Amino acid sequence: MTTTATPTTSAPVETGASPDRAAVRLAISSTPRPPVPGRVSTALTFGWRGMLKVKHVPEQLLDATVTPVMFVLMFTYLFGGAVAGSTGQYRDYLIPGILVMSVLFTTVYSGVALNTDVTKGVVDRFRSLPIWRPAPLVGSLLGDTVRYVIAGTVIIVLGVALGYRPGAGVVGAVAALALVVVFSFGLSWVFTTLGLLLRSPSAVLNSGFMAIFPLTFLSNIFVEPATLPGPLKAFVDVNPISTLATASRGLMEGNARVGDVVEVLAVAAGLTLVFATLTVRLYRSR
Amino acid sequence: MAAANRVGDSSLAIEAVGLAKNFGAVRAVRGVDLAVRRGSVYGVLGPNGAGKTTTIRMLATLIAPDAGHARVLGHDLVTEADAVRRSVSLTGQLASVDEDLNGRENLVLLGRLLGLGRRQAKLRAVELLEAFGLAEASGRLVKNYSGGMRRRLDLAASIVVTPELMFLDEPTTGLDPHARNQVWDIVRALVAEGTTILLCTQYLDEADQLAEGIAVIDEGRVIAEGTPARLKASVGNGSLHVRLLDPADREVAAALLTERLGSAQSKNPVQREADPAALSVTCSSGDAGAQAVAALGAAGVSVADFSLGQPSLDEVFLALTGRVPSDGADAKQEVSV
Repeated sequence: MTTTATPTTSAPVETGASPDRAAVRLAISSTPRPPVPGRVSTALTFGWRGMLKVKHVPEQLLDATVTPVMFVLMFTYLFGGAVAGSTGQYRDYLIPGILVMSVLFTTVYSGVALNTDVTKGVVDRFRSLPIWRPAPLVGSLLGDTVRYVIAGTVIIVLGVALGYRPGAGVVGAVAALALVVVFSFGLSWVFTTLGLLLRSPSAVLNSGFMAIFPLTFLSNIFVEPATLPGPLKAFVDVNPISTLATASRGLMEGNARVGDVVEVLAVAAGLTLVFATLTVRLYRSR
Repeated sequence: MAAANRVGDSSLAIEAVGLAKNFGAVRAVRGVDLAVRRGSVYGVLGPNGAGKTTTIRMLATLIAPDAGHARVLGHDLVTEADAVRRSVSLTGQLASVDEDLNGRENLVLLGRLLGLGRRQAKLRAVELLEAFGLAEASGRLVKNYSGGMRRRLDLAASIVVTPELMFLDEPTTGLDPHARNQVWDIVRALVAEGTTILLCTQYLDEADQLAEGIAVIDEGRVIAEGTPARLKASVGNGSLHVRLLDPADREVAAALLTERLGSAQSKNPVQREADPAALSVTCSSGDAGAQAVAALGAAGVSVADFSLGQPSLDEVFLALTGRVPSDGADAKQEVSV
């Protein structure tokens, strides 16, 4: 499903340059301590760090989006005719759902990134700074939000390229994307919690996908639940991801039910409340 | 509240009494006392798993002690943790820099977090990269840096604003001698500018080069303390390694070396190494070692090669505790917690 990003590491190259003693002494003595920056500014700085990572390690974002893109192409053209009668009809059903899947997949990487920071020792430095303690967590998720928007946009653009035309136009697409991103912000706290509990980044990646993969499949993203056997249908109906996919379709078409949107927002708030608290507590006590 | 009753000594940067920390059943630190003078380098010497990193993590406010108390730069470790963080910086064992960013971005990030303006942070990053010999590599991702470059960047990140006290956790472990000298130069420059340094190390040599005082730590306790000179006097100033041409001569050589060097100190047995032709022993001075080698030659024992050096941590431990430090399994424990 996903290929684990293996950064290409070229052999370390030692530069001939050595520290210059006089310059070192000058550099050490020259900077007095400025006042500690505020919470917002600190969190935004961590958000900037997240952006830099998208630039330097685009593989992560790519990993999470390639699978959904493959699903769109495969399912639309392979099963579309059989499932929905025509390729076009199935495409219109699938795209708003795959938008959900694509962004939810990306949330797993929030946990992977946090675990990487912990195992590499970067977190120790952050925690020894006189800054607002949850700032690295909040800032990283702000940065991740941008990644979610990119992952979602890729799917919408792909859909349009394949002939999908949302009934509510650009406004509908933006609204659907916004709702999905808000939900993902809530869900990503689950993975940051996992990121602080597990031992290695690959453990977070594997267990994260082990959870998110079946949860997205056992929803109404791919098929209408009407044909499913009883217990399965019951699960799909209560799965919040189904509600999110339904709301996403509704917003795209301009006929969303307020109840669905409210339910999605409530679940996101609940996840944030529980798992953000857990994450911050685990982070503080490390 | 015991801390409140004590009169803080303002000449001390670190004043710790009975610091202790358990991780489940593992008693990582069992009561460490430290008194570190402002403006000095203080070495904490010990094998892997002795509790060095845990001690540093407590003093840098990363984890709370289970018992004991400490004042760092006059601030209580627990009740005034924020004030402590405002005046210290930590260079951890793992070189705590972000591998997915380049060198310049790492320093700008730290500058911004410490409150420098955007422009100021950039200028400061450039200044530090130049001074630390990293200007050419400033645009390269840190994951492609060599160990020495990474360490230098780590040190630069620790002084983006000048700290009053710096924690250095095994700054030269895994570095080649050239890179190690570069790190030592930076440490000396920091001290010359008035920064206090707590240095954890596994190398007596390193503590001897840099530190004014040394505490030897074992199984979470300080087992010896003093100046490097005093410590070495108790151990022997040097270590003599001899390799014989003929392994059959080893017992004769051992007896001779014991007679020449061992008699002065009761706790100084001649070590028979794994190599059947090799022996090692600590000696009170280089002269004594050289004379002992000459005596071997005079007695007709052919020496293939020999070397005189500083006693290793193993030898310090042998002299202080009568055993070689255990290694390996404990080490991982200390890094991961």
